[in-house]
Amino acid sequence: MNLRSYSTTLLIFFLLLLVTLCITPLIGSSEISLARAFSSTLAISNNVDANILFQVRLPRILLGALTGAALSVSGAIFQSLLRNDLAAPFTLGVSSGAALGAVIAIALNLNFSILGFSIISLFSFSGSLGAIFLVFSLVRTRHGEFPTAVLLLAGVTANFFFASLVMFIHYMADFRQSFTIIRWLMGGLNITDYNTILTLFPLVLLGISVLIFFSRDMNLISTGIHSASSRGVNVWKIQKLGFITASLITGAVVAICGPIGFVGLIVPHIVRLYVGPDLRILIPASALFGASFLVICDTFARTLIAPTEIPVGIITAMLGGPFFVWLLKRKRPV
Amino acid sequence: MTPELMAVENIAFTYETSLVLEDLSVSIKEQDFIGLIGPNGSGKSTLLKIMGGILKTDSGSIKFKKSHVSKINKKIFAQSVSWIPQDHPMVFSFKVSEIIMMGRHPYLSSLSFESEEDYDITRRAMETTMTSHLADRYFNEISGGEKQRVMIASALAQNPKMMLLDEPTSALDIKYQVQILNILKNLNTNHDMTLVIAMHDLNLASRFCNRLILLSEGGIVRDGTPEQVLGKDILEQVYDIDIDLSNRDGHIIVHPVIRNQH
Repeated sequence: MNLRSYSTTLLIFFLLLLVTLCITPLIGSSEISLARAFSSTLAISNNVDANILFQVRLPRILLGALTGAALSVSGAIFQSLLRNDLAAPFTLGVSSGAALGAVIAIALNLNFSILGFSIISLFSFSGSLGAIFLVFSLVRTRHGEFPTAVLLLAGVTANFFFASLVMFIHYMADFRQSFTIIRWLMGGLNITDYNTILTLFPLVLLGISVLIFFSRDMNLISTGIHSASSRGVNVWKIQKLGFITASLITGAVVAICGPIGFVGLIVPHIVRLYVGPDLRILIPASALFGASFLVICDTFARTLIAPTEIPVGIITAMLGGPFFVWLLKRKRPV
Repeated sequence: MTPELMAVENIAFTYETSLVLEDLSVSIKEQDFIGLIGPNGSGKSTLLKIMGGILKTDSGSIKFKKSHVSKINKKIFAQSVSWIPQDHPMVFSFKVSEIIMMGRHPYLSSLSFESEEDYDITRRAMETTMTSHLADRYFNEISGGEKQRVMIASALAQNPKMMLLDEPTSALDIKYQVQILNILKNLNTNHDMTLVIAMHDLNLASRFCNRLILLSEGGIVRDGTPEQVLGKDILEQVYDIDIDLSNRDGHIIVHPVIRNQH
């Protein structure tokens, strides 16, 4: 890979995101006029158009972009490190741990914020950390590598275990709590502000940068752990770093948006069809494309049956599924 | 006397609870072409992985050019020793040229792009292994014999002094077996490559290798020229079958004796 083809490819994905970020704020259930939004004669508090654009739509779109980027990168990493096409950010139990945390906070009627974060988000993030810790503590090895089969099994088991606890709490909950729980589990981008985005952005950016830095090592791991090791890759260290970094950015966005499915599974596959499996380009390209993808899906979620909103997690699979099948039929299989 | 390249001294290795290698020592000289033979489960693959720095031993030591392998930086070690696995399951569609370029990993830092020199080296590796025409194909779509040649090219891109191959010919038909071994023979004689190859075909081993090491139950039972190692009694004992030996063009041929079962 050379610098020229690398930057050309990334530029195309970057332009796609830029266009998405420019057009989607203008689409929504109420018509807004850019001229009025940027009008200097109206006071900002009286300017309805500006308020919709900057206080409602823009933060939501930025959150969608961050979440899409984090989930897609995380999916690409899990697929490569586990050498498994079906792996996704939630495979190792991150989302179900997060769900358990959130559901406990809802059932306990906890309703306050610390440092600008709702207690539900904080419980949820702790839940995903707990899940990561649990799954990795189950895996012990002396030959300096992760037994991926054991890891997958531990992840699936953790998913079922947490899911059953979530169902139990849900079953015991009253109607109001039950509604909140269901809405959280469906995932959505509707509750946000700039403060959340300013905290999330550096975290996700740092995580993605770390993963890009080790992408060459992870490429080798994706072709086989022993040959990676024979070429000087510290397999245990890189795998641990990759799993934990990807899980952390996943846990962070899930704590805010709930478990939005499908993005992390399918975006890496779509991007791989165009740029190939080399993580050096797959990671940044997945970040850019995943950001556009989720923002576009959320635009449909906001407008399809407006003024009612559909949870974006429903749209990602409803739109993404057929789109991916169509792509697969056009291009060679991944 | 040819200088010693690698010294394996009194190593032991256990996997879970079973002992795989026990008090094993061997000295590998520069330009050796070693066939590692022995029944399934005798420890050939494990020994190769230990020599390749992939597995750590429980006791004993490995020295490469007189320095302890455990103290050499993994990337530096990979610039001298390469290892090729028996099969190459690949989940993702890498191109052949990308797979071969991965051999340059020990020489590249995290964020650098491959240089013109790296491309030259992989081009030469492809010429040596007759894989140039495959460069733009997908690795998953080429044949078993081609895959094995590509993996040898990738290992060559490491510019190693020594290559360790785990049964490179076991899954191939006889034409490709000979082709692969001819490529390796060429590397050995014309490029001073030291080779250690785990093999099952004793006749090909006797024909191509200049030294054989016979393993049984985690220990070396014989080490020497094919004539010294391929003895009727020791083979019958190690493989637990009846064996006849013959000689063709100065090379020993091993025949298993098949009795009709009633």
